[in-house]
Amino acid sequence: MAENNTPKTESHDPGRRNFLKNTGLVVGGVAGGSLLGGLFTNQMKSDDGKKGKNEDAVKVDPSHARVFFGRFEDFIVLATATELIFPEDDNGPGAIGLDVPYFIDKQLAGTWGINGDDYRQAPFTNLEGLKKIEKADEKVNHSRANRGKIFLEGLRLMNGESMKRFDASFDQATEEQQNEIMGDLAAGKLDMKSIPSDAFFALLKQATLEGAFSDPLYGGNKNMDGWRMKEFAGARPSYADVIESEEFVKLDPISLTDYQRKK
Amino acid sequence: MAEELKKVDVVIVGTGWAGGITAAELAKKGYKVVALERGKEQSRDDFIGAKDELKYSIRYDMMQDLSKDTVTARGSMEETAKPVRNNNYARFGNDTGGASVHWNGVSLRWLPYDFEIHSQTVEKYGAKKIPENCTIQDWGVTYDEMEPYYDKFEKTAGVSGEENPVGPPRSDKYPNPPLKTTPSIELFKKASTNLGYHPYRLPAANMSESYTNPDGETINACMYCAFCEEYGCDFGAKGDPIVTVLETARKTGNFEIRNESTVTEVIHDGTKAIGLKYIDNITGTEYIQPADIVVLAGFVFTNNKLLLKSKIGKPYNPETQEGVIGKNFTGHFSNISTYIGARGFFDNEKWNLSMGTGALGAKVDDFAGDNVDHTDLDFLHGYEIRYYHLGQRPIDNNHVPEGTPAWGKEYKEKNLFYHNRSLIIRAKTAFLPNRYTYLDLDPTYKDEFGDPLIRATVHYEEQDIKRAQHGVETCKEIMTEMGADIIDLVDVPDDVKFDSKFYTNHFLGGAIMGEDPVTSAVNTYSQMWDMENLFVLGGSSFPHNSNHDPTETIGAFAYRASEGMIEYLGGEGGLLVEAKQTSKA
Repeated sequence: MAENNTPKTESHDPGRRNFLKNTGLVVGGVAGGSLLGGLFTNQMKSDDGKKGKNEDAVKVDPSHARVFFGRFEDFIVLATATELIFPEDDNGPGAIGLDVPYFIDKQLAGTWGINGDDYRQAPFTNLEGLKKIEKADEKVNHSRANRGKIFLEGLRLMNGESMKRFDASFDQATEEQQNEIMGDLAAGKLDMKSIPSDAFFALLKQATLEGAFSDPLYGGNKNMDGWRMKEFAGARPSYADVIESEEFVKLDPISLTDYQRKK
Repeated sequence: MAEELKKVDVVIVGTGWAGGITAAELAKKGYKVVALERGKEQSRDDFIGAKDELKYSIRYDMMQDLSKDTVTARGSMEETAKPVRNNNYARFGNDTGGASVHWNGVSLRWLPYDFEIHSQTVEKYGAKKIPENCTIQDWGVTYDEMEPYYDKFEKTAGVSGEENPVGPPRSDKYPNPPLKTTPSIELFKKASTNLGYHPYRLPAANMSESYTNPDGETINACMYCAFCEEYGCDFGAKGDPIVTVLETARKTGNFEIRNESTVTEVIHDGTKAIGLKYIDNITGTEYIQPADIVVLAGFVFTNNKLLLKSKIGKPYNPETQEGVIGKNFTGHFSNISTYIGARGFFDNEKWNLSMGTGALGAKVDDFAGDNVDHTDLDFLHGYEIRYYHLGQRPIDNNHVPEGTPAWGKEYKEKNLFYHNRSLIIRAKTAFLPNRYTYLDLDPTYKDEFGDPLIRATVHYEEQDIKRAQHGVETCKEIMTEMGADIIDLVDVPDDVKFDSKFYTNHFLGGAIMGEDPVTSAVNTYSQMWDMENLFVLGGSSFPHNSNHDPTETIGAFAYRASEGMIEYLGGEGGLLVEAKQTSKA
C-alpha cells in the first residue's frame, strides 16, 4: 500500500478540500486520504447520505466533534491507528467508517478515561513492577496514570517515533511504516513512562473492538455495520423460536434505540 | 455517635440468595426482618431493554464499586499484595439481589464426597494420599442430610434440568424440563458419548417454561436473548432473589430492605451479638440496628472482613496453622479452574452462537469429585467438562486461531469468519485448600472508611495444577472428537501462579463450617461457635471448593440455617449442634 503515501487532496467536495488545505492535512498509509477525509466530511452529507449542494443544507452529525482530544493531530493518529487494527475491506467498513475514533474520544472523556470506577489509592506500581505483570490489562490497571493520560502519551509516542524514523507523521507514513511502529508498540519495544508499550497496544485494540461492536448509542458501530459484519443481531428480544435451528439464521440487527422505543 | 434504632428479630447483611432465603423463611414465620444492602435498590424494571454489552459485560455496571472497597491479592506469602483495581479482575455482585441477579443460573448439587472429603479419602486411599499442606476437612454433614434442602432450593429457583447419569441420588426430578437444545450442544454430547463419557444438560435456573414456585412466585419462560450472565433478566425469566425470595419476604409485611447501607461492624458483648453498625451511603449517618439474631450473608470478603474487624473468632495464622477466621480460602480461580480448556475452529460449520442463555449447555461429570479412582492420579478431587451456549456477544468474543496477526486485514478477516464457527469447551476444576491460601487484613490499603481491605493470599499447590492439566487434556480429547479443524488449548503451565483475577463469583471459605470449634468457625446451621446468635451464611462457610458451582449449595445451606434460626428463636437459645473435638489436642 506504499502508493497511498502520495497525498490525496483531490476531491470534488469543496468543504473537504478546504478543510484539508486549511489544516495542511496530507494523509497516507492504511487509512488513506479518502478514509481520513471521511472523518470530517461526514458532516457535509445530508440526511439521505448524498452530499449537500451548499453548506446551508448541511446536516451536521452533532456526535462528530471531539470532547477529549483537544489537539487534532492526536486524534488523527488515533484514527489512523484504529483503522490499521481494524481496516476497511470487502466485509465492510473499518474503524474509521464505524466512527470508532469518535467512540474512543467520548469514552476517554467519561468515567472510563479517568478510571472513575476503579480503586485508585496509592501506592501504585512503578514501570519496572508493571513489566513483571503478565496480563496487559493489569499493567494498565496498576499504573498511576489514568487511561486518558496513557492514550495521550501512547499516541504522541507513535507519532514522534514516526517523525524520527520516517520524517513523516504517523498518519502520513506508509502502511509498511505504520505497521513497523505498531509492531514495536505491540512487542513492548517503545519506551513509555506510564506503562509498557505492549499494554498500550492491548488497550488501543480493546478500545477499537469496543467501538466497532458496542451499541451505536455510544457513537461507534455506525449503522450497526460492526454487528452486520459479525452477523450479530444486537438487542433482539427473543431467539426462542429459532435457537434450535440446524441452519444458520441471519437476522437484521436491532439497536437499543429501536428496542427501547418499542417498549 | 451512631444512632441506635428500634430492635428487630433478625438483621441481615446482604440480599443475595443467602440473605434472601433467610429473609423469606423468617418473615413467613412472622419474625420482623431487616436486610442491610450496601448497593442501590433495583427491580425488574431496571432490566427492561438492558441489552447493552458495553455497559454490563465490559464496564461491569452491576458489579461492586471498587473505588469504595476492594480486596488485595497475591500469589504467595512472600509477595506484597496489590489491590484489585478494576472490575475485570473483580466481578463482585452488588445492589439488591447481589451476585444472584447477574448469575448464569448454573444450579448444581455438590457430591457426597464433598461433604465427607477427608474421611472418604482416608478410607479409600489412606491418609498418605492427602498432600502435606492440604487442609481438607469434613463438613460435619452428609449429602443425604442436605438432599431435602437442595430439593427445596431447586423448587424455589425453578431449575430446568435432566437427571445426571453419574450424579448423586435425588428425592425428586427437577421442577422444570431441560432448556431447548442446539446443534452445537448436540455435537458436544455426541462426541462425549462416543468417548464413553456421560454428558447431560446443565441444570439451569433459566426457565424452560413458565413456572410458579412453592411460595407462589411466577418466573417466566426464557427467551434465549443472550443477555443473561452479567445482566439482570429482561423478562423475569431467571430464578433470582428479586423475583422469588425477596418478593416472598416482602409480601409478608415483615420485611424491609435498607439500600445504600454499608455495614461496618458487628456490635457484640463478647458472647452475644447485639446488632449491626452501618453507614447510610447518602447521608453519612451512622446507625446501630439491634436484633435478636444477626446474620452475615454478604459475599465471602464482606463476611470475613466483618468478623476480623469486629474481633469475633480467632484469626487464622498460616505459620502456626492455629485460628480459624480466614482459613481455607478457595475458589474457581480463572487460570486454573475456569477459563481453561480447548477452543476449536471449524471451517465448514456455522452455528447460531449469538443466541443462548446463562446456563444453556451440557457437561460431563465422569471426572467430578471422586467419580474416577484416584489411586494412580497425582491429585485429589476432580473436574467437570462443560460446553456453554450462553450467547456469544461481539465485544467479548474476538477469537482467532493462534498465529493470526494481532491486527490488520488478516486479523479482521479471521475475527469475522470464525465468530460463529468456534467453540470452547472448558474444564471446571475443584480447588482444595492448603495452609498458605487464606484471608487476612491488608497492612497497607484501606477502604472508603479507612478500614483495611481484605487480603487474599492464593498459593497453587502441585495437585491443583495437575488436576487442571488433566482437565485440559480431556477437553482436547473431546474437541478432537467434535471434529474441529484447528484446536488451540487454553493450557495450564507447570509454573502457573495466581493471577489476582476474581472473575467468577465462586470464592469460598474463611468462616468455614465443621464439627469442631477448634477447626471451624460455624456449625452446619451456619451458627457461629463463639457467638450463638450470630449466623454466618454463604460461600464463606465452605471448607473447600468442588468442581461444581457453589450457588445451589449456598441456597441449600441457607434453608438449613433458616431452620436453625427458627428453632433458636422459638427455644431457649444455645448452640444448635453439640461441639465435637475432632482435632488433635
